[in-house]
Amino acid sequence: MIGQSLTALWQGFGVALEPHNFIWSFLGVLVGNLIGVLPGMGPLSAISILLPLTYSMHAVPAILMLAGIFYGSQYGGAIGAILLNLPCHPPHAVTCLDGYPLTRAGKGGTALGITMVASFFAASFGIVVMVFASPLLVSVAFKFGPAELFAIMLLGLLAGGTMASGSPVKGVSMTVVGLLLGAVGADSTSGTIRFTYGLTQLSDGVQLVALALGLFGVTEFLRNVNRLHAVGSGTKVRLRDMRPSKAELKQAFWPIVRGTSIGTLFGAMPGTGPTITTFIAYALEKKISKHPERFGHGALEGVASPEASSHAKTQIDFIPTMSLGIPGDPVMALLLGALLIQGIQPGPQLLSDHPDIFWGLIASFWIGNVLLVLLNVPLIQIWVKVLQVPYRFLYPAALFFISVGVYSTNNSLFEVGEVLVFGLMGAVFVALKFPIAPILLGYVLGPMVEQNFRRALLLSHGSLKIFIDRPISVAFLSACLLLLLGQAYFATRAGLKRRRLGDALPTPPKMSEALAAESASNINHAIVSPAVRGRDK
Amino acid sequence: MKVGSGRVWINAYTRDYYGGALMMLIGLGAVVQGWGYKVGSLTAMGAGFFPVALGVILILLGILNAVCAKRQPGTEQAGEKLPSEWRGWICILLSVAAFVVLGKYGGLLPATFAVVFISALGDRENTIKSALILSVVMSVVCVAVFWWALQLQFPLFTWG
Repeated sequence: MIGQSLTALWQGFGVALEPHNFIWSFLGVLVGNLIGVLPGMGPLSAISILLPLTYSMHAVPAILMLAGIFYGSQYGGAIGAILLNLPCHPPHAVTCLDGYPLTRAGKGGTALGITMVASFFAASFGIVVMVFASPLLVSVAFKFGPAELFAIMLLGLLAGGTMASGSPVKGVSMTVVGLLLGAVGADSTSGTIRFTYGLTQLSDGVQLVALALGLFGVTEFLRNVNRLHAVGSGTKVRLRDMRPSKAELKQAFWPIVRGTSIGTLFGAMPGTGPTITTFIAYALEKKISKHPERFGHGALEGVASPEASSHAKTQIDFIPTMSLGIPGDPVMALLLGALLIQGIQPGPQLLSDHPDIFWGLIASFWIGNVLLVLLNVPLIQIWVKVLQVPYRFLYPAALFFISVGVYSTNNSLFEVGEVLVFGLMGAVFVALKFPIAPILLGYVLGPMVEQNFRRALLLSHGSLKIFIDRPISVAFLSACLLLLLGQAYFATRAGLKRRRLGDALPTPPKMSEALAAESASNINHAIVSPAVRGRDK
Repeated sequence: MKVGSGRVWINAYTRDYYGGALMMLIGLGAVVQGWGYKVGSLTAMGAGFFPVALGVILILLGILNAVCAKRQPGTEQAGEKLPSEWRGWICILLSVAAFVVLGKYGGLLPATFAVVFISALGDRENTIKSALILSVVMSVVCVAVFWWALQLQFPLFTWG
């Protein structure tokens, strides 16, 4: 089997290196990197803005380009986090903790270099795991019936909701809202039109791009307008600074390895987002360090380990997305949606039906990572400049691209209106402290969850026992139960403790509160900025 | 700029009540709507079964959310004093709405100009002049990239 995988991978490299595919992959990495660097834009907004561009392409270059965008924007986000203390993507909130102090100490270049090494190492490791684990998983996955698939999706949804950020109850609520949005339109079994309120344009369902751009574009602008100001940090990053010294590499080596293993471990669990992974990696480094007091003041380990873990994690996340068709986090959900739009159903059949996509994608991951390293070394100067684009010019331009991009998907102005509605909806949810990312996960999985649930009960003639009779589904359902009980236990314990000690106790930073940390650092930023703002005038 | 003065509509407490209430409202809506489609039984599920089930779950979650609001006072106090940005919010929403309306009754060029110009006015540091310059630049980009290069099916000027 391993030999077979390697041969297939070799062919995959052939596919990915075809000039036509390679150019799109390269463009994806470049543009993704550019958008990721822009303040306030994360991978989700980068992918959703560029998604319409890929509609007219063939499936293979389209997905290669999207993967490139994803990589590029993820790395681009790290640049903003390290140089400007601006985490545009929640997983980078941790990177800020030590990356920004390093920049202030004049070692921003080194931090970027280490990040590059860490992400490259972690991604390469993740790709190797993916090459060997995916065929194994696929061979198991063929035995999955609707009951098993339903149980796995349920676990993914629950984990995605409870571990997103902030309160688990709110996260799960948002997942359910997403599931409801997925139910809009014609029901696949009976053809009944649901929740369209007389709007015929909705009978095909809510558009993925409109939803994603509303939630991650317009909502973000609403949240950041007049609050986010690009600050020229005056950082000069030279090529020479980016090459870490031997001692620094040695210092970062084990943290990178540890971060990678944490990322791999968590990648195997559906639904756990990259944010929580980075927090755990950071906490572990701090715990085992001989000098924990250095953390937060520019410890190289605090940058290396979380970055490695998030890259390993996202890499491993592709395994369930591609081989089961079950996305692990919102970014994966978006990529899955893009594949569905191309008419490709990810799942066990993907490997046999579209080996060119599957193996080409894996090969392009590696190529994308190499490209990232090659690109970022010469372009870092330009990225530093891009970082200083004032937000007041950035968001109007982005709004235009969003409007035109959504229009171009189906040549329909109605969908631009959808963006507006979802943007407003997302803003209300954000104001009420609901995490919005699980909505997308629920939306993409919604129709699949419903279909598999109905099929399972059709097979069992309406007996819910089918979910308990099958060993695999029982295992996943008990994992769901454990997850819920665990969350309830931690919530009540934390609540009791707080009541006993009163409010005087500063709440310990919870791992799941990445968003809180993110907004806090944004605020921090807004306070700092007026003094320096003159620079961008 | 004192925003915290007067009545505080949204704080950690009430936010969870509003949030819970909103979830219950959405859930209730789903149940009522879903009931209209055929619900059926476990053996033969209708189109309404799944939405109704989700609605019920959402109502329960909403209640749970409101109950939990009592339990966690003062957890998110820090960094909560963000002023409202009505100007920015209204401008952003208006700009997208303007794109939709002007796209129908005007064409791509007026719509592009409007979306950039109106949203740019939302930022307090943008002057009318800088907003104008930005929207002219974006209009040029739009014509060059989308109309000329990508041949987008969207007339530059149209009426209705």
